[in-house]
Amino acid sequence: MKSSVLVRVAGESIRKNKMRTLLTMLGIVIGVGAVIVMVAVGQGAQKSIANQINALGTNLLVVTAGASNQGGVSQGAQAFNRLTVDDAEKLDREGTLFAGVTPVIMTRTQVIAGSTNWRTTINGVSTDFQTIRDWQLQSGTFFTESDVRGIRKVAVIGSTVAANLYPGADPVGSQIQIRNVPFTVLGVLATKGQNAAGQDQDDVVIIPYTTAQSRLSGSTRIWQILVSASSPQDVVGAQEEVRAIMRESHKIADGDDDDFTVRNQTEIANAAQGTTKIMTWLLASIASVSLIVGGIGIMNIMLVSVTERTREIGIRMAIGARGSDVLTQFLVESIVMSVLGGAVGLAVGVGGASLLAHFTGWSTSVPIQAVALAIGFSAAVGVFFGFYPAKKAAALDPINALRYE
Amino acid sequence: MPNANQLDATLVTPVIQLESVRKTYQMGDNEVHALRGVDLYAARGEMIAIMGASGSGKSTLMNMLGCLDTPTSGSYWLDGTRVDGLSRNQLADLRNQKLGFVFQGFNLLARTSALDNVELPLLYDRTHRWKDTKAIAARALERVGLGDRMDHHPSELSGGQQQRVAIARALVTEPTLLLADEPTGNLDSHMTVEIMSLFQELNEQGITIVLVTHEPDVAQYGKRIIEVRDGRIKRDHPVEDRHNAAADLQVLLATEPEEDDAELVAEEVA
Repeated sequence: MKSSVLVRVAGESIRKNKMRTLLTMLGIVIGVGAVIVMVAVGQGAQKSIANQINALGTNLLVVTAGASNQGGVSQGAQAFNRLTVDDAEKLDREGTLFAGVTPVIMTRTQVIAGSTNWRTTINGVSTDFQTIRDWQLQSGTFFTESDVRGIRKVAVIGSTVAANLYPGADPVGSQIQIRNVPFTVLGVLATKGQNAAGQDQDDVVIIPYTTAQSRLSGSTRIWQILVSASSPQDVVGAQEEVRAIMRESHKIADGDDDDFTVRNQTEIANAAQGTTKIMTWLLASIASVSLIVGGIGIMNIMLVSVTERTREIGIRMAIGARGSDVLTQFLVESIVMSVLGGAVGLAVGVGGASLLAHFTGWSTSVPIQAVALAIGFSAAVGVFFGFYPAKKAAALDPINALRYE
Repeated sequence: MPNANQLDATLVTPVIQLESVRKTYQMGDNEVHALRGVDLYAARGEMIAIMGASGSGKSTLMNMLGCLDTPTSGSYWLDGTRVDGLSRNQLADLRNQKLGFVFQGFNLLARTSALDNVELPLLYDRTHRWKDTKAIAARALERVGLGDRMDHHPSELSGGQQQRVAIARALVTEPTLLLADEPTGNLDSHMTVEIMSLFQELNEQGITIVLVTHEPDVAQYGKRIIEVRDGRIKRDHPVEDRHNAAADLQVLLATEPEEDDAELVAEEVA
C-alpha cells in the first residue's frame, strides 16, 4: 500500500473515533508539554545565571582555602581552612595587577536594634569590598581605611536587614548590637536582589574585617579572599600572581601542591551552569515519565481497536492485504496519533512556558533541540507502544477474523 | 511461479482443480475431519452452487477454494497455480489477484464510501497493474448499477445495494473466480432475485462463479450443483430447468410494481 494511502486510512480511522483519539492523545500532549515546560524553565534559569554572573564582573578572582586536588585526590575546596588576614594583606601589598583585595570573614548571628532583632550574615571585609563588588549605598557612607585600622565598631547594612530592623525609618547613625557588641550604622547598601544561587544578597551586615576578628569571632580564619583584576585582560595574569603570592605566604616548597584554590568567574559560572543543567535534565526526565504513561495509553487503545476491528482486518486480509499491510496500517495509526499529540503538546509546552514566564517573572527559553527531541520521542513512543497491538492484528487468521462478531 | 507448479499451458487450464483434498482440525484431543478427500474440477465460465447442511464441510471447502485455508493433504491448483504449500503472503497476493469474495453479511468497511470500499483491493495490489484506481472502482460500481451512489456509506444503502457494492469490490480486480458465501442469506426474495440476476449477467460475461447456498431456489440459478455431506461430495450434477433471474425479476416487478423503489427508500430511512 502506498504511504500516502496509509496515512489517509490512519487519518480516517482517527477522525471516526474523535473523542477516543483525543483522550488517548492527551497522555502524549501532557507528557510532551511537561517536558517542554521543564526544559524551558531550566534553560531560562541557566541563561539568567549566566547573565547574573557576568554582571558580577568578569574580573573577580576568589581564593578559598584547601586545594581542590592534592596528589591526584580531590579534596574539595576548603578541605583545610588556612587563609589568614596576613594572606590578604600580603596580596594587597605585593599585587601589581589587582584593583582591590579583601578578605571575607563570615559568620551568622542575631542582630539586635532596640526591641527588634534579625538573624543575618555578618561579613568582615576591607574597604576594597565596595569597589570589588561595585556596590553603591542608598544612604550614609561606607566605612573608611581608618575605621578598619582603628578596629572601629561600625557597620554598613544591607537593605533587607534595614527593612527588618528599621521598618520605615533611616537607620544611619543608630546603634545595632551584634553578639552584645554595639555597632554604629554608617550606611545602607543599595538593593542587589538575589544572586545566582538564589540567596538574598541584601540580607547582610558589612563590618571592618579587623573588627570582625577581634570583636566577634576572635579567629583569624577567613572564608575567602576576593581579588579583582585591574581589567578583564589581566584576569589570567592576576590569577597567576595571586597563586605566586599565596604560595610564598604559605611557604610552599617548589614541587609541592597548592593548599588553596584560585577561581575566576568563568569557572564559577561553569560550575553553576553545570548544576542547573543537571537540574534541567532531572526535571525533564521526571516529566518524560508521563510521556511513557501516555504511550501505555496508546497501546491500550490500540489493543482495544484491534479487537474491535477484527472483522475489518479479516475483510482486508480476504481481499489481499498481507500481514505486513495490516501491521503498517496500525503502526501508522499509532504514530500519527502520538506525533499529533506531540505537536499539540509542543504548542501547549511553549504556551505554558511563556505563561509561566508571564506570571512568575522567571525567564524561560525553549531550545530547538528540545522541540526536535519531543517530536522524535513521541514518534518513538508511537512505534514502541503501537508495535505490539499492530503485530497482534497482523497475526490474525483471516477465517476467524471474518467470522468475528 | 516455478514450472513445476504450472500445468501444461497447451491444455485448457481449469479454474479449479482439487485432488483428494483433506482437511483435519485438531480440537483438543479430537480430530475433526472437515474434508475427507474431495476431487473437484471447474472450467472457465462455470456457475456452481455448493449445497450442504451446516457441518457438512462446505464452509471449509469454500475457505479452501478462497485460499484462506490450505489442505492437510491433497493438492489444489487455482487457475494453474498450485496453492497448497504457499506462504501466508503468497496466499494473500493470490487472493488479491485471482479471487473475488462476496459474503452473506456484505462485509463492507463501515463509515467508508462505496467508492473507497471498491477501490480497496486495488490498493493492496503489489504488481502495480492498476493506474487510476478511483476511475477503475467507479467503473466497477457502474457495472453493478450503482454509478449514482458512489459517495454513499454502507449505512445509507439497502441490503441489496450493499451486496452490489460488495460484488463490485469482488469484480474490480478482474478475478478468475468469484466466490460467494450465502450471498442472498440476508436478503428478501425480491433482492435475492435481483442479486442472482446480476450474478447470471456476470457469468454470461465469462466470469467463473462458485456460490454456497442452502436455498434450493437460489441453487437453481446456477449451471451445476454440488452437494456436500460429511466432508465428501455426495452429488455433482448439472442443473436441469435452470432459472433465469432476469425473467423472474420481470415477473416480480409486474406483480408488485410498487415494491421496487418504495422498499429501498424505506430501508434507507431505517
